Amino acid sequence: MLRWLLPLLFLLTWGRNSFASDAAPVRLWHAYRGSERAALDQAVAAFRKRSGVEVEVLQLPHDAYASKLAAAAPGGAGPDVFIDAHERFGDYIRRGVVSPVPRVDASLFPRGAVDALTIDGELYGLPLALKALVLYLNTELLPNPPPSIEALVATKLPDGVFPLVYEASDAYYHAAFLHAFGAEQLDPDGSFGFVGPRAARSVEFVRDLMRRGKIPEEAGGSVVKQLFISGRAAAYISGPWSAGELDGKVRYRVAPLPKLEATGQPLKPYLTVEAAALTPRGAKNPRAIQLLDYLAGEDSANIRVKVGRQLVALRKLPPAAAADPFIEAFATQAEHAVPMPSGDRMRTSWEPANRALKKALSGAVTPEAALEEARRRFDDMVRPPPPPASPTPLLLLLGGFSLLGAFRLWRKASRGELWSPIRRSLPAYLWVAHAVVAVGVLVFVPIFVGAAASLYAGPQGNMHYVGLANFWEILTARGAPLLSSGSFYLVLLVTILWTLLNVALHLLIGFSLGLLLSRPTLRLRPFYRVLLILPWAVPSYVTALAWRGMFDRQFGAVSAILESIGVEPFSWWAQFSTAFAANVSTNVWLGFPFMMVVTLGALTAVPKDVLEAAEVDGATRWQRLRRVTIPMVRPVLGPAVLLGSIWTFNMFNVVFLVSGGEPDGTTEILVSEAYRWAFTRQAQYGYAAAYSVLIFLLLFFGSRLMNRRAGLGAA
Amino acid sequence: MSSSRVLDPRQRPSLLESALSHAGILVGVAFALYPLLWVIALAFREGTAPVRQVLPLPLPFTLAHLTHVVGAPHFGVQVMNSLVVSLATALVGVGIALPAAYAMSRFQFAGKQAGTRLLLATQMFPMVASAVPLYLLLQHLGLLNTRSGLVLSYATTSVPFAIFQLKGAFDAIPKDLEEAAMVDGATRFGAFWRVVLPAARPAIAVTALFAFMSAYNEFVLAVTILDQERAFTLPVVLKRYVGEHDADWASFAAGSLVVSLPVMALFYVAQRHLVSGLTAGGVKG
Repeated sequence: MLRWLLPLLFLLTWGRNSFASDAAPVRLWHAYRGSERAALDQAVAAFRKRSGVEVEVLQLPHDAYASKLAAAAPGGAGPDVFIDAHERFGDYIRRGVVSPVPRVDASLFPRGAVDALTIDGELYGLPLALKALVLYLNTELLPNPPPSIEALVATKLPDGVFPLVYEASDAYYHAAFLHAFGAEQLDPDGSFGFVGPRAARSVEFVRDLMRRGKIPEEAGGSVVKQLFISGRAAAYISGPWSAGELDGKVRYRVAPLPKLEATGQPLKPYLTVEAAALTPRGAKNPRAIQLLDYLAGEDSANIRVKVGRQLVALRKLPPAAAADPFIEAFATQAEHAVPMPSGDRMRTSWEPANRALKKALSGAVTPEAALEEARRRFDDMVRPPPPPASPTPLLLLLGGFSLLGAFRLWRKASRGELWSPIRRSLPAYLWVAHAVVAVGVLVFVPIFVGAAASLYAGPQGNMHYVGLANFWEILTARGAPLLSSGSFYLVLLVTILWTLLNVALHLLIGFSLGLLLSRPTLRLRPFYRVLLILPWAVPSYVTALAWRGMFDRQFGAVSAILESIGVEPFSWWAQFSTAFAANVSTNVWLGFPFMMVVTLGALTAVPKDVLEAAEVDGATRWQRLRRVTIPMVRPVLGPAVLLGSIWTFNMFNVVFLVSGGEPDGTTEILVSEAYRWAFTRQAQYGYAAAYSVLIFLLLFFGSRLMNRRAGLGAA
Repeated sequence: MSSSRVLDPRQRPSLLESALSHAGILVGVAFALYPLLWVIALAFREGTAPVRQVLPLPLPFTLAHLTHVVGAPHFGVQVMNSLVVSLATALVGVGIALPAAYAMSRFQFAGKQAGTRLLLATQMFPMVASAVPLYLLLQHLGLLNTRSGLVLSYATTSVPFAIFQLKGAFDAIPKDLEEAAMVDGATRFGAFWRVVLPAARPAIAVTALFAFMSAYNEFVLAVTILDQERAFTLPVVLKRYVGEHDADWASFAAGSLVVSLPVMALFYVAQRHLVSGLTAGGVKG
């Protein structure tokens, strides 16, 4: 069967694999969902009909959007037009993703929106819509907007109803309070602003609300939304994206955020301008510019208001928008909002800000201490890259090694030892040649290039050689104490603990279940086997999120179970031990089927007559397991354990999706640290590559040690 | 079933013993299923909100999320993409790995040890650093936005693990079998094809399953390489239900159940190979 299936599949994949066509339609990328997506699709259809220009729309997942754009657009492989939030544009300019808009009548758009998209005097996109936080009110509990936050929390409400809910421990939401206290997350000069007495007072204010039970303590996005929907919250701070899920479930109205009596200032949320922009390729294409103009224009705005209920960024709002109180409230709010600073430093500020906010709100430390620590972290992340180093030592070293290698080859050849082993190996080479070529090109080359990047620093596309400076910085914890929070050594300890615990549990559970399942007398065996494999069959990014939800304090199943046996629910993410335990349970759940299947496969190779002979000789069940079964499955299980350890060591998904490093980055493992350096902390690719090389070296020498000690038999 | 042939009446377990095995397995099954019940409840419950309960039930029941996901444009094509890419990955990956693993198991050759170490080393280097170079490489090879590019990347990534797995299986097969075949006039390849491969069938099935699953669930590379709605694989499609500020968890859950179905079916089929193992193949030594 294989003989014809293989060519057939090649045909299937190769034959129809080129999707590019000659007509070359204008390509538009976006990450809109739901009604906003529908609105955009309609607008594009109208444009197509009117102009006759073919447009190819691609909706992408939000969490891969920026990295995909950054990978594709500079090389001309990406879209002509794309839609994104303005705060990403600083980064996009640096990476060559976006080109200035050639000609435009800026007076059509609100000044603030144009300002947000103007960088170094050039306009880099046309504003489509504005996004900001507003106050949703449950009109049955609170018919009129409260004059101030203080008045809101003093409102008499039924028992068990929170006056206000929002994601208090998320810096994006807290920024509204921060601005009301007269501070900013990023100061205009680019230094960290979420620090000092004003910022501390803003945190203190929210913490006080929490202590008085006015806002819930642990409040993720779905929890606060649910509290509002179920009538257990009178007011809810959120953005336009929540409306779709509230409609029809709760009677609500929308109002601009109220004032803060403590400072006399209104709460000011961040303003995001969603804009359509041109890639360098699109800037050369008149039809792409035509599409851009249309998307930002009045006709498209009309559709986007009606279908997507967007607050369109036009100075003269379409009539449909003016009549909609929902959009009107957002329009008012947009005028009292702080445009989010664009660029790397802003994006880098989120992680330290979020960590400090969580830590301070949990009461573990004073706001002052937490914020001061956040500033240190921020400064550490944005520190300038190491100075360029001379590549001479490297070149000398490489030259020396190649000379040495050549010399050894020559000696071998002159002694006649070079060709005979190779000649003897030739038949074997025929069997491995294709694997060598395939793995060599598509696996080794990328790894080698990635490893070489560890010797470079600076932004991607503009990196300079720095020698071993990245490694030096990592291994000296950048001047901080060696075991300080987030240092390489501390994270390494966590990673080792993580790996040992997981692999031990995988092996224990997987092997036991495999043994049980392999009993030929067991009834329902195929049925059990399929059920037990299920954790492995469902994509891990789905189940990791399900686990995160199960540990939720308010709605989680684990909390429900604990409560039913009389344990007070607690926050799993507040301490290292519980957050780590949650990560481990998730990963054990994901990984035990692998060990179980490997065990099952290995057990089929254990000859029954050997076991029978052992039994006839009077060996007990335990002895048969110890002396016969385990030694016989060891050659198969050994490599699986080794590989399992390596995979677990680099298991980034679970840590990222379940605990997300909480509390305060302590459950982070090495690979998730590397990921953060590569994508959020100033996108320091070289630094992340250096982390990867260190991970590799640790695993390489670790596994050799493991082999020597335990004789696992892989390498 | 072939395994019943070797079943000795003496081995029939006592009632207590089988009760204990069932109990042990049921604990495992409960552990395996409980989080999935949450996904199921989320997928078939009206609304999108989490509900606090010990036993998650999809009530009030609705098929709306499911039909929303399945009825989205191109969903059928995207399912096919995922299946074809994953199946091709499994075939190509195992196809590349089989002869190499056989050579590793049976031959001595210069560079064998170094090669084994290098293969293991590929598993150690985090994707974070090698993803960008891989993208650039595929761009140079003109393989962006093609399913073959995806298949090649997945297949080659799965080869090292496949070689380890298969080498272990070949090591467990006695050499006498193929030597006997070669004495009878078979070539080395003939012996490999007709004697060793059939004997290693369970291991091959498991290895292919691994390769299939890794391709089937892969997201980062797929979303980076593919640029066309009609070329997307299912993880990319699913992830689109998750936005920056909020997510359509119900559709996400419903979609992930649909996505899991083929894998479950595949495992159900593959497990036949797991049980009809070497014991039936005359390899008892």
